[in-house]
Amino acid sequence: MTKKNGATTGGRSIVIKGGTVVNRGGAARADVLVVDGLVSAVGEDLTGDEILDAAGCHVSSGFVDLHAHLREPGREEAETITTGTRAAALGGYTAVVAMPNTEPAQDCPEVVAFVKARAAEAGWCDVHPAGCITVGRLGKVLAAFETLASVGVRIFTDDGNGVQDPLIMRRALEYSRHLGITLAQHCEVARLTEGAVMHEGQCCSAMGVPGWPAIAEELMLHRDIELVRLTGAPMHFLHLSTAGSVDLVRRAKADGLPVTAEVAPHHLALTDELLRGFDPVFKVNPPLRTAADIAALRAGLLDGTIDAVATDHAPHPQHTKQMPLDSAPPGMLGLETALGVVLTAVSPDPVRVVETMSWNPARIAGIGAEHGRPIARGEPANLAVWDSSRVWTVDRASLASKSRNTPFHGMELRGRNVHTLLRGRVTVRDGIAQESGHSRSIGSGGGR
Amino acid sequence: MKHLLSTHDLDVPTVAAIMNVADHMSEINARSVPKVPALLGRTVASVFFEDSTRTRVSFETAAKRLSADTMSFSASTSSVNKGESIRDTIETLSAIGVDAFVVRHASSGVPVSVTEWTDASVVNAGDGWHQHPTQALLDAYTITRELGTGNTLAGVRVAIVGDIKHSRVARSNIDLFVRLGARVTLVAPGMLLPAGLAGPGITVTDALDDVLPDVEVLYMLRVQRERMDAGLLPVGGEYSARFGLDERRARMLSGDAIVMHPGPMNRGVEMVVDPAELPGSRILAQVRNGVSVRMAVLFRLLGDGQLGA
Repeated sequence: MTKKNGATTGGRSIVIKGGTVVNRGGAARADVLVVDGLVSAVGEDLTGDEILDAAGCHVSSGFVDLHAHLREPGREEAETITTGTRAAALGGYTAVVAMPNTEPAQDCPEVVAFVKARAAEAGWCDVHPAGCITVGRLGKVLAAFETLASVGVRIFTDDGNGVQDPLIMRRALEYSRHLGITLAQHCEVARLTEGAVMHEGQCCSAMGVPGWPAIAEELMLHRDIELVRLTGAPMHFLHLSTAGSVDLVRRAKADGLPVTAEVAPHHLALTDELLRGFDPVFKVNPPLRTAADIAALRAGLLDGTIDAVATDHAPHPQHTKQMPLDSAPPGMLGLETALGVVLTAVSPDPVRVVETMSWNPARIAGIGAEHGRPIARGEPANLAVWDSSRVWTVDRASLASKSRNTPFHGMELRGRNVHTLLRGRVTVRDGIAQESGHSRSIGSGGGR
Repeated sequence: MKHLLSTHDLDVPTVAAIMNVADHMSEINARSVPKVPALLGRTVASVFFEDSTRTRVSFETAAKRLSADTMSFSASTSSVNKGESIRDTIETLSAIGVDAFVVRHASSGVPVSVTEWTDASVVNAGDGWHQHPTQALLDAYTITRELGTGNTLAGVRVAIVGDIKHSRVARSNIDLFVRLGARVTLVAPGMLLPAGLAGPGITVTDALDDVLPDVEVLYMLRVQRERMDAGLLPVGGEYSARFGLDERRARMLSGDAIVMHPGPMNRGVEMVVDPAELPGSRILAQVRNGVSVRMAVLFRLLGDGQLGA
C-alpha cells in the first residue's frame, strides 16, 4: 500500500542497524528506526519488522543532486527519467534537480508537469525540474518565472548555455528577487569558447585542439557576481571549474553576497591530461582542467566557498562519443560515482560529505523541508546508507544509466552507497535497485 | 613500429634509419623504371576525410613505387556523406583487406582513434591542427640533405614563421626538429601562437626582421584566408607586411640560407616574393623528398626489410 508520495504505511517498521549516524554535530553510532515514511527513533538496540544491515556504514540524509540531465523528454536514447533516477537512487540520492535542456525545454508548466509525473511513476527519487531563465534557453525572452514557481519550480537556469546578454541577466535577477526562487548560471562567455574542445593550456596546445579558456568562465562569473551585488537577488553558480572561479566566489561571499556554488565530481578528480588519447569520454563542459585547478576546487569545497557537489550527470549514447573529439558532445555520467569520487579524491570526513552532497544542495534547491534533514525522530526518512571504506572498480557496463560515458571506467574508488530509502521505502538494498519494491509497501515484495 | 601517428613516435635512431632508407628510395626514384617489388601483395588504403591533393598523390605514388596495391577513399565520394561513421568506414575497409591506412581528417586525433578499430597499420597524413608526421620527416630529411648535416639537425638554426596555432605542420616540425637538435625560433603574432610552446631549443618572437640574417632555414607556413574572415588577423595587408616574405626580407637572408614551405602557398600573403626567383627555395625538393620519405615509412611499417631490387 502506498499513500501520497509513495510513503510507506501500515506500521511495518525498518531498522537500520549498526551504522554511524551523520548529523551536523558529528557522527555517532546508532540504530535508526523508520515507520510510516518517517524516522521514528534514533538510538541503541532498536528493533523492527525488517533489518537493513548498516554495520561499518554511515547513515545520512539522502543525497541531493543540484544538476542532473535526465534527457527526457526528447533524448530518451541517452537516458530516461526512469533510468536516470534509478542510477540516482543507486548513488544514494533521494532528490535530483533535472536540468531544463530537454526537448522541448522545461520553460513552461506543461513540460515541468510531464517530468514530475514521469518521475513519480518511476518512484526512484524525487525529481525537481529546473525552469529555464529564458524561453527555449535562447537567451532572448524571460521565461514565466512566477507561473513556473506556482507549480513548484525553485531553480531556474539555461544550463548548457550561459545567459550571454547582461541586460537579460540583470532583468532576470531583478524580476526573480521577490519570487523565492534562485537563478543558476552556467558561466561561459560563448564568444570565447567557439569551437572549443578542451581546457586551454599546455596540453591542448600540444594536441592541436581548440582551447577552452578559463577566462570564459571567470568573466561571466565576475559579471554575475556584480549583478548580484547590484540587484540583491540570490544566485547559484553551476559546475565551477577553475581556481580563478573559486577566488571570485570566496571574495563575493566575504562581501556578504547571496551567492552559492557547486563543483562537479570530475572537476575534483580528473585533469586535461586524460584527453591526450583523444577519447571523447573525457570531453565535458566546462572542460577538465589542471591539477592546480583541482587543488583550488578541493580547498574551496573544504573551506565552504563551494557549497555543493553536483554531478552534472550528462548521458550520451556510445556512438556520439565515438565521433572525433571536436564534434563529440560534451558530458559525463556522474550519479553512481559521485560519492566514491568525493570520498576518494576530496575528503573522508562524513560531515563535510553530507553537508556538500545533501544538506547544502537541499537548501539551495529550496527543498530543505523534505530533504537534507537531520536524522531525528519525526523527520522524513529520505536516507542513504553508505560504506566509506568499500573499494570498488568502476565498470561502465554495470552502471544503471542507459548510457556508458563514465570517465571513471576502470578506476578504483573508495566508498559506495549501499542502501537508499525514499520516504521510508527501500529503493536500493545492498547496492541493488529494488525494482519491484518501489511501488509497494515495504516487506510486501522482495527486491531482485 | 606499427603505426606512425605523431612525431612523438619517432626517436632519433628511428629517424636516422628512415632517412637512410629514404636515400635508397631517392636512388630508386631516379631510375628509369622507378619501381621495386618490396610491398608486392600489400594493400595501402588512403582514407581522406579532408581534401588534399599533394599529400594524397605523394602517398599513393610512394605505395605504387613499392608495388603495393592502393585503395582510395575520400569523403566526397563516399558513404560518409550518407552518415556512415568513421568507425564503420574503417571496419568496412578492414574487412575488404587493408595492411595500412593512410588517414587524413580535419579533426585532431582521428588517426589515433582509427587504431582502435583496425588491426592494420595507421599512418597519420594530417589530422586537424595536431600532427603531420611524414611532413616533419620529409622536412627534416630535406634540411639534412641540403645542409649536409648527416642525419642530425644539431645546432641548425630554423625559423618557422606564420600561423603556428592552427598548424599541424608546425606542431610536427617543432617537435621533430628540436629532438634532432635544431634551435627553433617561432615567429608569429600573439593570436597565432598557442600557449605553452616555449621550451628547450625553442624561442618565440614577433620580430621577423631580427631573425632573418641569422637563420639557416626559413620555414614559411601557410596562412589560411578563413582566419582573416574569422576576425583573427588585422585588416588589409598588415599581416603580409609584418610576416610575409617579400624581396626586401629575402635579401636579408644569408646567402646559403634555404627557404621552405609545406604548400599550398598563399602567394601575396605569406609568400610575396615569387619562389622561383628565390635561389634558396627548396620547396620543390620538399615535394620530391616527400615521395622518398613516405616510401621509407611504408616500407618500415609493412616491409620485411628486403627492398627486393
